[in-house]
Amino acid sequence: MTTPSRLPDPYGSGGSGANLADILERVLDKGIVIAGDIRINLLDIELLTIKLRLVVASVERAKEMGIDWWEDDPSLSSGARRRELSEENERLRQRIAALEADTA
Amino acid sequence: MTEVRYVYAVTRPFDGAATPLREDVRGVAGAPARLLAHDGLVAVLSDVPAEDFSDVALRERLEDLDWLAATARGHDAVVSALTAAATPLPLRLVTVCRDDGGVRRMLDSGRDQFTRALERLDGRVEWGVKVYAEGAEGTQERQGAAGARPGKAAVRAAGGGSAQGRRPATGRDYLKQRMRRRDATEGVWAQADAVSRTLHSELSRYAEAEQVHRPQDPRLPGAARGNVLNAAYLVPREKGEAFAEEVRRLTPPGTGIRVELTGPWAPYSFAVTTAVPAAEEGGSE
Repeated sequence: MTTPSRLPDPYGSGGSGANLADILERVLDKGIVIAGDIRINLLDIELLTIKLRLVVASVERAKEMGIDWWEDDPSLSSGARRRELSEENERLRQRIAALEADTA
Repeated sequence: MTEVRYVYAVTRPFDGAATPLREDVRGVAGAPARLLAHDGLVAVLSDVPAEDFSDVALRERLEDLDWLAATARGHDAVVSALTAAATPLPLRLVTVCRDDGGVRRMLDSGRDQFTRALERLDGRVEWGVKVYAEGAEGTQERQGAAGARPGKAAVRAAGGGSAQGRRPATGRDYLKQRMRRRDATEGVWAQADAVSRTLHSELSRYAEAEQVHRPQDPRLPGAARGNVLNAAYLVPREKGEAFAEEVRRLTPPGTGIRVELTGPWAPYSFAVTTAVPAAEEGGSE
């Protein structure tokens, strides 16, 4: 499936154009943490729950794909998943060969 | 009705005539934002109803994704309006003080941290760059296959009728179809990976700092499938156009790869420096 790549299309982040995922990851995850004088330290706990709910799945999925470089230098990104896929392909090929032998 | 102070950001005093906080900029809870200057620093805040921002209320509301979304948008609306005239140092969502006195105490106690960060970030903005491997089938396949032992699962799926889409006639056809998809999918992901590496290393030369974020979960509102690279770059404001041009130049034409540029953002991703995380984070939590 080939979709032509789209040219970058910058927008002002304050407009309605900014997507919520981009905003959430910035306001929940970034920014300076200061305890105001209302004890909002609960944030550390509560926001963590939300963040985990929103984020965990993507992290695990990305790791399965061997993409774990946000934790590390991009150049260290693991090729493990790719190796795994090659092995899986090999297993599938053998399986087809076996089935073809059966039906022949 | 009692009100408390919702603080969005801290910044340096800026020219009042150029105030970016027009009447129509609405922040959290639909409230307008105002400035509170104190000893060389300015807090940007809204007066919000106390009962909505008490410990107890927040405990519930932060679990309410609609409320969270509206609050996040309000927070960003004010922060990004500020970006037009100043360099705001964004605070974490829902930083609340009891009254103006509390805000001043907060500015005093965080003065060193604020001052250092504002110096470092002065005149800089953040640009976001995301790379997607496009092709819904491929990405769904990848997600569907997560964790399954391929050989056994494939055979069981074919026999048990749980296979998705066009039903292959035989187990062999199923396996062939699956392998074709897998090869195609792998190609797109590998290419996205390569494009991401090139982009990241080239763009990092333009940027003063960079942060690689986690790929976005497609279940997040507004997020798309197949996010491979999700990075933020700290770039001097006046170099924005050159940066965008560089992203364009590095975007491969006519492939299954999509590159998305967002910004300019306030320097959210760079508010806390990674160089001394222990000191900064430890001190504020």
